[in-house]
Amino acid sequence: MINIEIDGKLVETQRGSTVMDAAHKAGVYIPHFCYHKKLSISANCRMCLVEVEKAPKPLPACATPAADGMKVHTHSEMAVKAQKGVMEFLLINHPLDCPICDQGGECQLQDVAMGYGGNASRYTEEKRVVEPKQIGELISTNEMSRCIQCTRCVRFGQEIAGLMELGMANRSEHAQIMSFVNSSVDSELSGNMIDLCPVGALTSKPFRYTARSWELSRRKSVSPHDSVGANLAVHTKDNKVVRVVAAENEEVNECWISDKDRFSYEGLNSAERLTRPMIKQGGQWIEVEWAAALEYVANGVNQLRRSAGSDQIAALATPNSTFEELYLLQKLMRGIGSGNVDFRLRQSDFSADGKQDGAPWLGMPVAELNTRDRFLIVGSFLRKDHPLLAQRIRQAVKLGAQANIMHASDDDLLMTVTNKAIVAPADLPGVLAQVLKALSIEKQAAVPAEVADVTVGTEAAAIAASLASGKDGAVLLGNFAQQHPEAVQIALLAEQIAVLAGAKFGYLGGAANSVGGYLAGAVPFGGAVQGMSAAAMLAKPRKAYILLNVEPELDMADPQAAMKAMNSADMVVCLSAFKHTGMDYADVMLPIAPFTETSGTFINTEGRAQSFKGAVKPLGDARPAWKVLRVLGNLLDVPGFDFDTSEAVRDEAGIAGNLSNHIEGLALKGAAVTPAGLQRVADVPIYAADALVRRATALQKTHDAATPVAMLHSSELQKLGLNSGDAVRVTQGGVSVQLTAAANDGLAAGTVRVAAGHPATATLGAMFGTITVERA
Amino acid sequence: MLSANIQDQINRELKKYPVDQKQSAVMSALRFVQDEKGWIATDDMADIAAFLGMPQMAVYEVATFYHMYNLKPMGKTTLTVCTNLSCTLCGSADTVAYLTSKLGIGFGEVTADGKYGMREGECMGACKDAPLMTINNKKLCGRLTPAKIDQILAELDKS
Repeated sequence: MINIEIDGKLVETQRGSTVMDAAHKAGVYIPHFCYHKKLSISANCRMCLVEVEKAPKPLPACATPAADGMKVHTHSEMAVKAQKGVMEFLLINHPLDCPICDQGGECQLQDVAMGYGGNASRYTEEKRVVEPKQIGELISTNEMSRCIQCTRCVRFGQEIAGLMELGMANRSEHAQIMSFVNSSVDSELSGNMIDLCPVGALTSKPFRYTARSWELSRRKSVSPHDSVGANLAVHTKDNKVVRVVAAENEEVNECWISDKDRFSYEGLNSAERLTRPMIKQGGQWIEVEWAAALEYVANGVNQLRRSAGSDQIAALATPNSTFEELYLLQKLMRGIGSGNVDFRLRQSDFSADGKQDGAPWLGMPVAELNTRDRFLIVGSFLRKDHPLLAQRIRQAVKLGAQANIMHASDDDLLMTVTNKAIVAPADLPGVLAQVLKALSIEKQAAVPAEVADVTVGTEAAAIAASLASGKDGAVLLGNFAQQHPEAVQIALLAEQIAVLAGAKFGYLGGAANSVGGYLAGAVPFGGAVQGMSAAAMLAKPRKAYILLNVEPELDMADPQAAMKAMNSADMVVCLSAFKHTGMDYADVMLPIAPFTETSGTFINTEGRAQSFKGAVKPLGDARPAWKVLRVLGNLLDVPGFDFDTSEAVRDEAGIAGNLSNHIEGLALKGAAVTPAGLQRVADVPIYAADALVRRATALQKTHDAATPVAMLHSSELQKLGLNSGDAVRVTQGGVSVQLTAAANDGLAAGTVRVAAGHPATATLGAMFGTITVERA
Repeated sequence: MLSANIQDQINRELKKYPVDQKQSAVMSALRFVQDEKGWIATDDMADIAAFLGMPQMAVYEVATFYHMYNLKPMGKTTLTVCTNLSCTLCGSADTVAYLTSKLGIGFGEVTADGKYGMREGECMGACKDAPLMTINNKKLCGRLTPAKIDQILAELDKS
């Protein structure tokens, strides 16, 4: 530690830190544009010039290392003169269009110009004009003349997003920020560039000209999408959400949010919003009052309880539902004597139910990902399923960590991958067994009998060697591994590998409440009444289903089975914020409030419970689902349903549950037989993962939301006599859909990648299994 | 696709740099493309990016930063005339005027037969021989007079 004096204040700061860091510590503000604490130092805006005693000229605070005994003046005559001079230069080419600029009122340049700018410009010549560029549907570059070339967006791409999509072309007066030949910026984190831009050069396309910043109310919230639980600031105007930006939380999302978190709010204002309770009578939907709709549901449930038994009633909820909703749903179900409640909709292996020590979680705090030195990531579309966790792992890899990937698809993770084993889904447990054997030998531990016979391949040996050479590793299971039909075997193998390697073992949680669902008890085991898992409820169709936020053909592991069950049920009750295909098979549609219109809690993958309040009033007659469930509980005479607030629900449920990834009492199995034929590899595309994002119009126009294609390795295409771009008929479970074939040499041999969660593939069967492809 | 010749040259260049610093060869790679094709198309930049494993935009940044890369076809022979201070004082305006009258092209233009292109250049570091121009960025010609320009063009016409 060294001592440095800033404006007369003595500060202790770390050796190697900069004057800017020290100033932050001392609480002294130094104006700046290009400096950002999370990005590398470029020192190109020169706004942070300060006077350092004994230095002959002003020095940039962001790039000047603090030295012991240094005396810095940030507001001395020399410093202010330098800052004012820089400001004048920056304003030479900056248009004076603040009144029509989207950034007006929240603009760093505007703020700093108030403090350091002159009241008139001495520059009378022509200002430079920069042509607008097309860089996609999310970021507008219509006013690139406003750019002050701080290169924050460029550095963000290089350092955080992992791919340099924007750059500064040309030089000096002609320098411009642009993408390569007007290609679109496709990063799943691209929206952060809008937040980073200190001027109005990069603005949000969906938000543009919707509101001025001072008209907006700001409400804190939590992302309902992925399992990070990114903190959000929801901006509202006239009781409508018009924008979402990042709220800083260093331990969770740092200062970033994914584009899904940022732009999905458009779905909140979708024309598909369900705003009135509806009952189907004689094949016609009629709008009714809440009392009538709930009465109808209660009567229906009571009748079925009497005639067919409570066991015939089942409830499914998405893991994007709030903790309170999930808790009340299971309490309601158990109150009427049915344990058939589940939120693990895309899971297919339930053999560990009741054998887990606690709720599966990340196994460590999210922030600890940055400090791991070895990763084994099994079955994860990491970048698309967990944009912010991928970002943290990327930072760890930059610091020297080794990333080992085991998956069916070799997607570009935009980080250095040390070893990878790309195998067909059915072979995933086999490769893990190889790694376990190799690691046992490497660590001179007894080789478990179940894996003693496997032949260790070169990839598995390399992964084992990498894991063995680290100190603080992490073995992480992604969504694909958790949805795998042998998920429990994968988990058992992964845990043993983690133990041997001295690494943390964790699940990259699938959605906002993947941990919360367990803690709320929205699972068929552990409660007073045992019930059926999500898969069993479909395999043995029930007479009545209560769906909380679920769109069965898009949210479930096996859409065919799901739709069959829905169509054959006597009663289906949809609690949904949106009109969806439920209109065809449901009997009651109850409009519930999405996350911005209700209070609630999400428990993220590290077990952090984050409660939030509603940002706006519910749209139309929509009501928070916890209130709907409370009234249903009362109507069904279930005791203990007298909650006044969602906080009361949360407190009764208790957010401090047991977190553990250990499975007790299940043994490893021997190698499985690889099925004949092509195996399906199903990802859930990033903008198809939940009901809200599916209705976010701008996101739906991006490359990531393109209609799914049938991807095959080019050698597989050749075997089938197909070319990339041919129309193919993809058949699974007796149903065919027509898709376009595309070559993807990152896929394992013997696989076809056909995305799930999209209407184009929603009539196909399970996310795993064999599937046929032929020329259409 | 980069031609086999260009790939060979880049591979030779890459030996100068650490294996994880392949992008150090980007300027040479751009030069090899220009030597072969006379100019660098964005497709070539994308090929270089793929060859060196670097972002396309990073190649584009370099190609647009340096003045001596031709980003559009500049004829079989590109004549680059220095218009910086020393050359201007020694009459580079006359050189440009004479070339324009002779070839019928101004800066940034190419003759109809595609033989010659003319570009405005920056200081070539040989001011004692001003006024200067270069041929294809390789050959420096100094103390230019109409007679000398005639002679240079006659030689170029022959080749």
